[in-house]
Amino acid sequence: MNLQQIIDQLNLTVLTEPRDFASITTSGGYSSDLLSCVMAGAKKGHVWTTLQAHLNIVAVAALTEVAAVVITENAQPDSASIAKANQQGVILLSTSLPTYEVNGKLWGMGVCN
Amino acid sequence: MCPPTRTPTEQEIYGRHGRPITDQDAHDISRVEELSYDLKIHEVMTADVKTATPDMPLSKVLDVLRMNRISGLPVVENEKLAGVLSLEDIVRALQKNDLSAPTSQYMTREVVTVANYDSIVKAMRTFTEKGLGRLPVVDESSKIVGMITKGDITRGILVALQRDYKEEEVRRYRASHLFEDIISERTTLVLRYTIKARDFTQGGKASSYIKRALIRLGADAQITRRCSIAVYEAEMNLIIHTTNGGILKLEVEPHRITMSATDDGPGIPDTERVFQPGYSTATEQVREMGFGAGMGLVNMKRCVDTIDLGSTVGKGTKLVMRILIPNQTFGGRREGQTDEPSTNH
Repeated sequence: MNLQQIIDQLNLTVLTEPRDFASITTSGGYSSDLLSCVMAGAKKGHVWTTLQAHLNIVAVAALTEVAAVVITENAQPDSASIAKANQQGVILLSTSLPTYEVNGKLWGMGVCN
Repeated sequence: MCPPTRTPTEQEIYGRHGRPITDQDAHDISRVEELSYDLKIHEVMTADVKTATPDMPLSKVLDVLRMNRISGLPVVENEKLAGVLSLEDIVRALQKNDLSAPTSQYMTREVVTVANYDSIVKAMRTFTEKGLGRLPVVDESSKIVGMITKGDITRGILVALQRDYKEEEVRRYRASHLFEDIISERTTLVLRYTIKARDFTQGGKASSYIKRALIRLGADAQITRRCSIAVYEAEMNLIIHTTNGGILKLEVEPHRITMSATDDGPGIPDTERVFQPGYSTATEQVREMGFGAGMGLVNMKRCVDTIDLGSTVGKGTKLVMRILIPNQTFGGRREGQTDEPSTNH
């Protein structure tokens, strides 16, 4: 499943700069709002769903090399976080749906681990 | 007689689709994507454009095309783009034996253009959407400043990639040969970072520098990942828990990596308890940001071969972690170096 398909089917808002999302493939997903758990559990190429929207998710996403961060329940990162994400090549996506529903939909689409 | 043995080609080994995509390939692909946004049309276009005027006879235009080996050109009137003329238009005129007609009679007037300050991705999309192979480039005042073809884009990207690649290659080459080039009984590379207390805006910065350094030094992906997780947790602990921040230090040797985090307070009363999953002293405010899960030291312990936590309340804490490198990661091993036995298992 590529990122463009996920963005389209879940109607996600792209917060960072546009990229060729169709060429970015995802290898599964991980969900947690606890950054240590994400450091331990998220794998390269995963979609990480979280309620967290502050600056530190960018560093965690860059270190774990997740394909994208889906920020749920309309939590809004500030402009400094978005700028840092762009600088580090981290993709931030946003949705009004809660994490549980996003995960359910992703799993239904075949984004399984 | 048996045929002579020879090395099989890449295609024979991996099949028609070529070799599997490596991490490096994937990295290069995304760099091409980045470049398609970074590179501007004016950087890759052909600026020296041959043009025709509307009243120029087609026979003369054909000469220009032939002499310059091009298959079309923009038609310009009073410095403004009036149309484009391609070989196809000339063929139409030829069929009617009408090569003496003025260009204006056969040129295409509705011209798709791109702006010189646009990214090349815009030109790529326009090529695909309109089924075109060549686009006139105009500036803010609609004046024609160049032409862009798919070939220009490919060349532009290749030149930029080559530039990138060379820079990174040189850096990596230098770094990965460090331990071979410098001869001593024991060579150690020390990276040191000062971490400020409560500076969450810089959280993870030292860890990402360390990760990049390890990749350049030639560490394998697994070691880099283990090291990144351990130093990230240590870095965040210095930010979250210390009184005055601390020092994060990484010592790289051919056979092991030593990571240490040192601070001058407040100190940990019970250094056993902090290794219990879920035990945390983080404040509510810090927890709201997703820290304080009580998994930091648990994560670190999982990622390293040895971990040693020493602390005195009121004086400070020193955390030392080691990852042993089985073989040849950093330019080979030298005599006399042995792995120290793991002390924490």
